[in-house]
Amino acid sequence: MGMNDTNDLHKRNGLMHPSVDKVLVIEGTHAASYAVKLAKVQVIAAYPITPQTGVVEKLSEIVSHRDLNAKFIKVESEHSAMACCIGASISGARAFTATSSQGLALMHELLHWAAGSRLPIVMVNVNRAMAPPWSIYVDHNDSLSQRDTGWIQFYAESNQEVLDTVLQAYKIAEIVSLPIMINLDAFVLSHTSEPVAIPKQDIVDEFLPGREALFRVNPDEPRAFGALIGPEAYMEMRYKLFQAMEDAREVIRKVDSEYSEKFGRSYGGLVEEYCTEDAEIVLMTSATAVSTARIAVDELRSLGFPVGLMKVRAFRPFPVEEIRDLARRVHKIGVMDRNISFGATGMIYQETKAVLYNAPVRPKLFGFIAGLGGRDITPETIKDIYSYLLNHDAPESETVWIGLKSSQESRSDRGDSSSEAFGQNENL
Amino acid sequence: MGQIKYHLPPEEILSPGHFACPGCGGTLTMRYVLKALGRKTVVVIPACCWSVIDGPVPYSAAGVPVFHTAFETAASTASGIKAGLEMQGDYETTVVAVAGDGGTFDIGFQALSGAAERNEDFIYVCYDNEAYMNTGIQRSSATPYGAWTTTTPTDSPKAEKKKDIIQILAAHHIPYLATASVAYPDDMIAKIQKAKVIRGMRFIHVFSPCPPGWKFEPEDSIKISRMAIESRVFPLLEVYDGTDYRLTHEPTGGPVRDYLKMQGRFRHLKEADIEVIQKNVDEEWEGLKGKLAYSMKVHKSNNSVRSQDKDVSLAKAQSRKGIKRNVR
Repeated sequence: MGMNDTNDLHKRNGLMHPSVDKVLVIEGTHAASYAVKLAKVQVIAAYPITPQTGVVEKLSEIVSHRDLNAKFIKVESEHSAMACCIGASISGARAFTATSSQGLALMHELLHWAAGSRLPIVMVNVNRAMAPPWSIYVDHNDSLSQRDTGWIQFYAESNQEVLDTVLQAYKIAEIVSLPIMINLDAFVLSHTSEPVAIPKQDIVDEFLPGREALFRVNPDEPRAFGALIGPEAYMEMRYKLFQAMEDAREVIRKVDSEYSEKFGRSYGGLVEEYCTEDAEIVLMTSATAVSTARIAVDELRSLGFPVGLMKVRAFRPFPVEEIRDLARRVHKIGVMDRNISFGATGMIYQETKAVLYNAPVRPKLFGFIAGLGGRDITPETIKDIYSYLLNHDAPESETVWIGLKSSQESRSDRGDSSSEAFGQNENL
Repeated sequence: MGQIKYHLPPEEILSPGHFACPGCGGTLTMRYVLKALGRKTVVVIPACCWSVIDGPVPYSAAGVPVFHTAFETAASTASGIKAGLEMQGDYETTVVAVAGDGGTFDIGFQALSGAAERNEDFIYVCYDNEAYMNTGIQRSSATPYGAWTTTTPTDSPKAEKKKDIIQILAAHHIPYLATASVAYPDDMIAKIQKAKVIRGMRFIHVFSPCPPGWKFEPEDSIKISRMAIESRVFPLLEVYDGTDYRLTHEPTGGPVRDYLKMQGRFRHLKEADIEVIQKNVDEEWEGLKGKLAYSMKVHKSNNSVRSQDKDVSLAKAQSRKGIKRNVR
């Protein structure tokens, strides 16, 4: 790659913006750690789990070198990690933890506790498949299983987005008083080095001043938090939490555009569209598969296929308006889920269907399952899906499993590879 | 009968409008804890009777900030609160977790052990009523041998001894451990006040009679407590650094039978069972005497140094920033 190409690439990725202090080539886990440092987090509590360990190792280094003035509580479990964050947050401090998979599942009860207490805790979760059987590789069942706990959820596509989203997350969380989980794909991001722009501290400070807690445990103003409540008031408190999540949509969009003004990088808020202007067929997906899908879209576009892409960046709150708006413009929507809700379908597909039921325009909707337990999602995988979308007026079943071995559902076993499929449909 | 005079801090921080049963040991425990610690205190309460006693939204009887937390997280939540306060420059507020025996001996044990090993800087008070009382008297690992509970009915009462939480925590080498009783408020207040100025993890194990759970009349709470202490069922002691055992009250050593006979939960016991319990108490007492004698031998030479250093150490403790040290 020539120097000019590198400069172009860096410019495109916001690496040449005046807000940039330096560009480091770092893993996704370390991008999270640097973001925590920039956010001036005051209390960190975490427990090690593969592939999250990079986050806590780098943070241990940062804290012990006093590059960040924080207390790092090295707890005996993820359950205690979240409890420590809850304690730190109710004291008024800015708190952080990171986990993955089984660790996130162990935290489940306390995810409810954090959200119910309306605490702006930020957590990085490295998406890893749930055991058994043991797997350390990516899929999204761990975090999507936590969808009803009251946490805002983001899915990052790049290491840069991990760093940027952690900074955005503290701002959003402290405005809406809800905790936020930033998810990144195991190994594909967590252990892969990419150039990441580290913004200047003074500009981060302007964007994200220190936390001013709306409420906290304060001996000068003694109150009880989380006490017993009867049926006469519980529902109203839940409505407030629901409303905070509704309000979060606009806050997420605003914070992303403010971030873009200051740092030159934007992620579109809840979703990002790619090549959708004149698209007839759009695939929705999330996390690193989006990058792969961009390549597939570019390739298919060059062959003249009217395909586009929607990146689902926020899963909670779910991008209702954005999806309904997309539905008005396209003929078919495919959803590629890197997760499966047993007894139902992929979860993004499920929610997309729900969103479209009352929508004025309802294009044909297709649900695909791919990439579970770290199975590679390649441009070929994505092209298989576009091929299916091009060749079917309606899905043959509620979930179409892509790349499944020795199963009748398997696309690849039927020799329906993308090259053949596109060969048959050159006129589309 | 002469009156006993106690020297309690006069201020009542706990309001009378709480939701406790009459004669509740756990409520007296909170009253004394707050008297000893004062208003610059944050209380963490996991699921336990105190989740109810403090009162429903929007009421709170405690008079200090209370954070209600999940059953198994008293110690970890308290760790986080303390860290958060210090990061905001507040080194003065005392953080205290007040938990029942279920939340301490059983479900909260991992978080407690973790916090103890890390020597977190807060006080953990366990008001031990020897079963899950808030859910309606189910056995816990703090339930004593032979006791009836709703999950250990009289035809198969608890067959296991009570977990020895003091020895377990002593093995974590925490700076200060003590047992206390609501029947000896001066002793209890002194221990909590001592705990207040020590840095690092401090654990106070309070014997807390429960009239509905143990089946006795509420007015007998103090009497039963006294009998437990005097019969050596629950000796009043301190352990410094996990090794230095001190007895703070010499029990008179009455028979365990009298203590057991006061309570409906032991009514089904036969004479042979009572003998077993007496034997257990005697054995444990001998074990404790051994530890006390050993402590005297090993730590005696240090005692004078300790008391001389006390004032200096206290001053250090008060001016320190984030250093976890045992000071006395």
